[in-house]
Amino acid sequence: MSTLTLATITREQVEDFMFLEAEMLDEWRLKEWLTLFTVDATYNVPATDVAPNASPDSALFYVADDRFRLEQRVERLLKRTAHAEFPRSKTRHLVSNVRIRGRSDTELDVGAAVLTFRTKMGLTETYIGSYRYRLVIDDGRLLIREKRCILDMDGLKPNGRISIIL
Amino acid sequence: MNAPADSKPIPLSELPVVWTDKERHRFKVARRSFVDPEILKTEYETIFNKCWLYIGHDSELIKPGDFVTRIVAKRSILFTRDAGGTINAFFNACPHRGAQVCRERRGNAKSFQCFYHGWVFGSDGKLKSQPGSDCYPDDFNADGQANLVAVPRIDSYRGFWFICFDRDVQSLPDYLAGAKEWIDIVADQSETMMTLVGGTQEYQIRANWKLLTENSIDGYHAINTHATYVDYLKNSQGSMSPVPFDGTGYDLGNGHAVIEYRAPWGRPVAQWIPLWGDEGKVELDKVHARLVERFGKERADRIAFSNRNMFIFPNLVINDIMAITVRTYYPTAPDAMNVFGWALAPNEESAWARKYRLSNFLEFLGPGGFATPDDVEALEQCQRGFESMLEAPWSDISKGMKKERVNYDDELQMRAFWTQWQAVTGATAAPRNGDR
Repeated sequence: MSTLTLATITREQVEDFMFLEAEMLDEWRLKEWLTLFTVDATYNVPATDVAPNASPDSALFYVADDRFRLEQRVERLLKRTAHAEFPRSKTRHLVSNVRIRGRSDTELDVGAAVLTFRTKMGLTETYIGSYRYRLVIDDGRLLIREKRCILDMDGLKPNGRISIIL
Repeated sequence: MNAPADSKPIPLSELPVVWTDKERHRFKVARRSFVDPEILKTEYETIFNKCWLYIGHDSELIKPGDFVTRIVAKRSILFTRDAGGTINAFFNACPHRGAQVCRERRGNAKSFQCFYHGWVFGSDGKLKSQPGSDCYPDDFNADGQANLVAVPRIDSYRGFWFICFDRDVQSLPDYLAGAKEWIDIVADQSETMMTLVGGTQEYQIRANWKLLTENSIDGYHAINTHATYVDYLKNSQGSMSPVPFDGTGYDLGNGHAVIEYRAPWGRPVAQWIPLWGDEGKVELDKVHARLVERFGKERADRIAFSNRNMFIFPNLVINDIMAITVRTYYPTAPDAMNVFGWALAPNEESAWARKYRLSNFLEFLGPGGFATPDDVEALEQCQRGFESMLEAPWSDISKGMKKERVNYDDELQMRAFWTQWQAVTGATAAPRNGDR
């Protein structure tokens, strides 16, 4: 991994990174997961009836976290008083169809498909969607500048909440 | 104490769902009302088929031809602004054979063509053409029977549009009763018009719809249920103004109710918090000054600094808190509801204010926020608790009954809802003999 550059990075290397991220989420290693993000990172889940590339400054989203709020989200989820996730649900993020869609001098534009299962109290819910990532390389490491999860659903039915990280 | 009668037990089938003892300050609700399919049937017959129901907002239909389709009490409704500028609500069912004429959620169209046989309707609902029209008599639609069927009643108040399936319902202003002046407080936040920001938060909760009514106007649960939200505010540098939680609840008549209270969070109209910096201070001072010019200081302060969780019977919530949410919800089963949430904002607010409004909204509200997911969890846990309904048949909504002046975290506002619910449904705590 020592010679990662935006110009030469392969899909396989990006996949490894995304699979590692999914593993951290599914094992609830959320503090560690945060280290995968840049200091100016954002994490977005638009509402299901707005454009996939909409801005959270002008359209209603489900989630639009800046770095601070993302940290607070993690802090919240690790508390007993995050009632929606107590006891913690079991999750499984399946990441597939990973593709490098674009490269610039500063960023990698990555798309993928994602299927996330959340099981709690005998019920399993499915979140179906795609990912768009803006990745950077910092000090030889891949980091996430933006993670956007675009749900291919008509609202959150029957899920009722996004209490986990998608 | 679970049973309200302690000496000679009265059979549940002879007690109403809403059981009160004013002298002893008890207010109980039978949990049958949350689980029994017969009750849901009664609710559709006596409430959703009879009351004014929220359909949409002015700002969704700006231009002639704008339309929205929306499920209201199970019916698909086509909500349009026609070429003449009139707002209409039609049943989205072709008068020919019943297919849904419009299958898009929103858009702009001069006409709607049913894809099944090709009948075409204007945005005023009138039949414009049908293939093979020479096979029909000339006066086929002389009486309008081949037009889209209009919803019997439609009216609006301050930009909020309502429909009713009962032609004989009282007028909307009469129905809204004391809620009108509270809607005014929200509508007055704009000098041009309030607008729904693009995007719908749509979700399903596995719980009875009335639990969301209670929850939406419940000041009592915040400290427990939303402990992590309060932690979050404390962790965010400068996200609170030095204002303690304080306020009261009001019964607005016809089952409508509100709580009004001060709270430490920032409000885009217009309670400043240090997090918003000097730019924000200038902006919010301007917003407040303009309110004072328009309404005088007292009302301006109330609009700007007070929060309101307002409930319009049977299923509309307008919460003017750290942002404004408009929320409506319908039962699909005794233990399931579909919820629709929108963000409402003054049309003329700056990009700065809009950004912070939406940021505020997402912090607390909606299924991805720091609070709503815990509400959803609470409602679903209640619904699970109701499985013990036969042995644990009552819920309690007595808080504050013994007080002269109730606080915002008492339960008067929920009692207003339930009292109306009981008057309308006449339901009993257990099925009567012969009920099945």
